[in-house]
Amino acid sequence: MSQKSFARRLSTPRYDMPDDLNWAVGGEAGDGIDSTGKIFAQALSRAGRHVFTSKDFASRIRGGYTAYKIRTSTERIESVVDSLDVLIALTQRTVEENLDELHEGSVIIYDGERTMMEDFEAPEEMVGLSVPLQRLAEEAGGAIMQNVVALGAACAVCDFDVEYLDESLEKRFGGKGSSIVSNNKKAARAGRDFVNDEIEETFPYDLDTTDADYVLLNGDEAIGMGAIAAGCRFYSGYPITPATAVMEYLKGRIEGFGGHVVQAEDELSAINMALGAARTGARAMTATSGPGIDLMTETFGLIATTETPLVICDVMRSGPSTGMPTKQEQGDLDMLLHGGHGEIPRFVVGATSVAECFHKAIEAFNLAEQYQTPVYLVADLALSVTEQTYPPEEFDMDAVEIDRGSLVTDAVKDWQNDSEQFTPHAATEDGISPRTIPGTPGGAHMTTGLEHDELGRRTEDTDVRIEQVDKRQRKVETAIGREDWTPREFGDGDGDTLVLSWGSNEGAIREAMEFLEEDGISVRFLSVPYLFPRPDLSEAIEAAEDVIVVECNATGQFADVVEHDTLTRVKRINKYNGVRFNADELAERITETIGEDAVEEVPTQ
Amino acid sequence: MSSDVRFTDFKSDAQPTWCPGCGDFGTMNGMMKALANTGNHPDDTFIVAGIGCSGKIGTYMHSYALHGVHGRALPVGIGVKTANPDLEVMVSGGDGDGYSIGAGHFVHAVRRNLDMTYVVMDNRIYGLTKGQFSPTSREDFETATSPEGPQQSPVNPLALALAAGGSFIAQSFSSDAQRHAQIVQEAIEHDGFGFVNVYSPCVTFNDVDTYDYFRDSLVDVGEDDDHDPTDYEGAVERIMDNDKEYQGVIYRDDDSVPYGERHGIEGRMADIPGGAPDGATDLVREFY
Repeated sequence: MSQKSFARRLSTPRYDMPDDLNWAVGGEAGDGIDSTGKIFAQALSRAGRHVFTSKDFASRIRGGYTAYKIRTSTERIESVVDSLDVLIALTQRTVEENLDELHEGSVIIYDGERTMMEDFEAPEEMVGLSVPLQRLAEEAGGAIMQNVVALGAACAVCDFDVEYLDESLEKRFGGKGSSIVSNNKKAARAGRDFVNDEIEETFPYDLDTTDADYVLLNGDEAIGMGAIAAGCRFYSGYPITPATAVMEYLKGRIEGFGGHVVQAEDELSAINMALGAARTGARAMTATSGPGIDLMTETFGLIATTETPLVICDVMRSGPSTGMPTKQEQGDLDMLLHGGHGEIPRFVVGATSVAECFHKAIEAFNLAEQYQTPVYLVADLALSVTEQTYPPEEFDMDAVEIDRGSLVTDAVKDWQNDSEQFTPHAATEDGISPRTIPGTPGGAHMTTGLEHDELGRRTEDTDVRIEQVDKRQRKVETAIGREDWTPREFGDGDGDTLVLSWGSNEGAIREAMEFLEEDGISVRFLSVPYLFPRPDLSEAIEAAEDVIVVECNATGQFADVVEHDTLTRVKRINKYNGVRFNADELAERITETIGEDAVEEVPTQ
Repeated sequence: MSSDVRFTDFKSDAQPTWCPGCGDFGTMNGMMKALANTGNHPDDTFIVAGIGCSGKIGTYMHSYALHGVHGRALPVGIGVKTANPDLEVMVSGGDGDGYSIGAGHFVHAVRRNLDMTYVVMDNRIYGLTKGQFSPTSREDFETATSPEGPQQSPVNPLALALAAGGSFIAQSFSSDAQRHAQIVQEAIEHDGFGFVNVYSPCVTFNDVDTYDYFRDSLVDVGEDDDHDPTDYEGAVERIMDNDKEYQGVIYRDDDSVPYGERHGIEGRMADIPGGAPDGATDLVREFY
């Protein structure tokens, strides 16, 4: 089998798969690309179609190119693919940037009356569709609506009812007055009519609709919604790509639930504010990206040693240093597992899909309070910018359970020493100490980043030191025994090939498995959300012929961890060019990797 | 709050390890008196302390307290006060904690104007690390790390606070016990960010800014000077006066509106239901 077969399969016109459409709008930053794409994605969702979006922020060529890409189907989709069927190109560069994804029969919608596009010619075998976007927009009430004209044209190309755009136009422009909304609707229809009336070509696309009602959201929004559901009432953060959207989601919403968002002066302040709020018993969170985690690390140790429940969210991006702020990477694992001086008990929980951003946020808050330990909630750029459809039941608020751990309100006396002093760091059997919050009579206590005794007072007593270190570590041991750390499993449980991954790669791997299945390669896939504590993977690894760890970094940080845990060499698929894995690409690379000579195994014992 | 709280109720049974004669004893006593005089109770009080000699205060006082990392005491206090406005929040630190490593937070805490109190024990020296110059040390103050003096201008904390829009700016002297307690009390009573820079002499490492020096040079804006703290121009004049040291409430804006009020923050955030809050399903519907 040719190694390019997967890509070729996708880059030929898929007239036989009319239901699966890859669509994009691209132009310069500031062209309203994001909101245009979002309007179309929402319309597709309203039409009962599944949507999976991705964004090209910057480009291989320098400058402000940006694109919003949508893959849509009536079937559930979990990934992007290297293919583009319909492209709205506001600039010539948009076409150049996407040449490798465009194929025979791809439709390129552009405005041939605009100076910058007047000499544009669609590549051979593609369909260039010149639509006077600006002129039609002006006729409908203003040139600013040219993108909406293009959406209308795209509807005609895809045989998609333009009325589905109306609801998302209302959502987008409703606040600006009814005439703005009606002008936009007019603009969309002008685009549609132009294609239907003036263009002779017919197009093979016919977007079916269904009765399904989907919600459309991205990972940052899912984290924010999960936080509110979990009772988070205090958020402090400092803006940083790609975590800012968590704060923007919470601001304006959390207040309705009695909460508050503080935009801090820096990440040092953000995490310390959250710590303060958490000491009062509020469920508190901060979210940032790698550079922010660097700054927060000193306080992370303080949170752990003072046994404060706190959720710190890292939406990873490409590093080190400022790296590529708008690009995908899963390079922070080592830091999240080991960062900080001294030995810091912690939990590290990663979301593996947009919906899991919601579910893992809730778990993170419970873990934090049950074990009075900081929790890193990990997501990555690919999750944060992907807008994905789900049935609303996926976010079932009635299923949310809050466990506040050993919060002491009445039985304070049970936890006082002989001098009636409260013991916030009592060295209990399971390591979990009683916790009072300010305002609780008899519960007043201090705590400190210095090593402390059960009262929270500084000590350098050697026995107490050992007692406190052990009790903090014991909480993790307790959690390992008490909680369910099972990974998410997909595919063939008896498959010879075991694929392991963490973070956003889950969706692409699941779709890659479908391609592999067609070629007779059956794969067992374990998607691991629990990075510390971790599930024991040794049995699964022993049972497999090939073990492949897939991750978006250069050195294979999770693969290292797996090798460390199981004393078994694994194969690695890494990607660190700043772009997420695509399903077709992954299918190819897994096939290649299975074909490689077996890697020498490290003897187990 | 119970009215029979005595200032000793704010004292813990831990034995202070400050050097005998340290100004921090007097600073702390004044804080405890001010807290008791304003009707606060240890169970409803939160003390945040920074790092340094001053940072030990949380251990010697009895209340809910956190002794955090260096320079970040104010953000912790902001989190505490925002999440539970019913608490009396007092943040304390030294000149290094507040004006060096934590200077950024100081400026922004002043701007935010939460209804809390910030007491800085200013001894113009790093004591805990055994005598290096601090941000408030004089230009020619000789220390192990500044044999010829730091040769840089000292920070004027009051001016910093004023420039950041401070609504309550005061200075006191730990040895003038009654006056100090009274000034801290006014800071607590102020509706907003009550900032008190306390001259709290280091008897071990600073032989320049001594008890005698402050006793001789301090001008009390209330008793000696007849300064009206709501007079902004008069406050600027005194704060920018490099030739004199002042104590008392130097500036107070009675019309300032604290952060919590501006943001409609009420009630403690700790109280949450056992499941998702009412209305959470509406959040899902928003994504249709």
